[in-house]
Amino acid sequence: MTQEELLEQIYKKDGKAFTALYDMYSKSLYGVIYNLIKDKEESEDVLQEVFVKIWKNIDSYNESKGRFFTWILNIARNSSIDRLRSKSHNNSLKNLSADNFVHILDHNTSVTNKIDAIGIREFINKLKPKCIKLIDLLFFKGYTQQEASDELEIPLGTVKTQNRNCISELRNILQVQ
Amino acid sequence: MNTEEYIASGTLEFYVFGLLSEAENREVKQLADKDETIQAEILSIEKAVINLSYSVAPHLSAANYEKIRQQLIEKHSGVVQMEPKRGMNPYMGWAAAVILTFGLAYQYYQNTEATKEVQAATAKTSKFEQLVASLEQKNTETEKALAVVRDNATSIINLAGQEIAPQAYAKVYLNRNKKEIYVDLAGLPTPPDGKVYQIWALKLDPLTPTSIGVIADKNASSGIFRVDNNDGAEAFGITLEPAGGSKSPTLEQLYTLGKV
Repeated sequence: MTQEELLEQIYKKDGKAFTALYDMYSKSLYGVIYNLIKDKEESEDVLQEVFVKIWKNIDSYNESKGRFFTWILNIARNSSIDRLRSKSHNNSLKNLSADNFVHILDHNTSVTNKIDAIGIREFINKLKPKCIKLIDLLFFKGYTQQEASDELEIPLGTVKTQNRNCISELRNILQVQ
Repeated sequence: MNTEEYIASGTLEFYVFGLLSEAENREVKQLADKDETIQAEILSIEKAVINLSYSVAPHLSAANYEKIRQQLIEKHSGVVQMEPKRGMNPYMGWAAAVILTFGLAYQYYQNTEATKEVQAATAKTSKFEQLVASLEQKNTETEKALAVVRDNATSIINLAGQEIAPQAYAKVYLNRNKKEIYVDLAGLPTPPDGKVYQIWALKLDPLTPTSIGVIADKNASSGIFRVDNNDGAEAFGITLEPAGGSKSPTLEQLYTLGKV
């Protein structure tokens, strides 16, 4: 199902729309949330919160605001950051950058995932370390151009194009054309 | 800027990542609507990052879906009407309906039974309430009597058995301060049907009886009874009289007599 078909179902108040929404995006959003929260149970809790928010506010989304996935990605990132703040984790967002999505694979202890993890690591290791950092900051953690430039000490003007190259590389590895 | 240059700028990645301003978002959306290449590029970028985040996510328990579903139903009822997640047997619905019907019938039966029980219990309760009320009243009377008996100012007059019943006895408790008189008929035989004991206050010279009470209670011997006060009484007598009592004592039926 494409995002457009899903949205059509949602707008029609189709009873199956929520299930479709969950099936399509829950795992991706969980990946984003876990990358920030670093605790499985708490991440599941935030994920629940996120889906409730999505469903409650779904009428306020319209396509002129951007992609639907982008909208729910923002909800997931913001909810995770809110959770970190409210729990008065001393970790500021900046401190979190020491870890990135690759570390999730290292810390993953569940057996089913270990099998996956090997395959995933294989393709992720094909990414340049700089790309891993860049994608981690911009996509997973929602850093601004300026913040990413400061963090990685790369010229502000090159953040967008460097990121573009990294995503192209990722697409090659995943064979997404 | 042509399409290729625009794509190469990296703006579309930022668009998908949600890092552009609202104005920039609208601009990208307009371009994408006009240009299929741009639209296709956006979809590919999106697909790549969805795959990436999907791949790095830890195992997500199946229970999570159910929890969210519960939250949506409980906290935001009416907002979402969700179908079962996995394809359910269509007969399940009918089975559920049948079970529900039987369930409702059973509940109705239970409810009827419960109503009956409640009614019975209510009847029982009101009986007990009446009983309690009457016991309370009795208790109050007994306490009053006891207070008189225990009062230091109370004199006890023993009434001795007379010819008709030598074994009989009775007691009169006389409290001049409170102007109260009680009689205890414990020593009198149970009166025959249609007869009652009548209590008399007597002045001796000349002998003048005054009725101060009729004890109609069948169990006259079981209690202490309050009778009318009589200030000048010098003696007390108890006679057996026809129900309702008599104007003057039937001396042949004088059971007990005692002087103050």
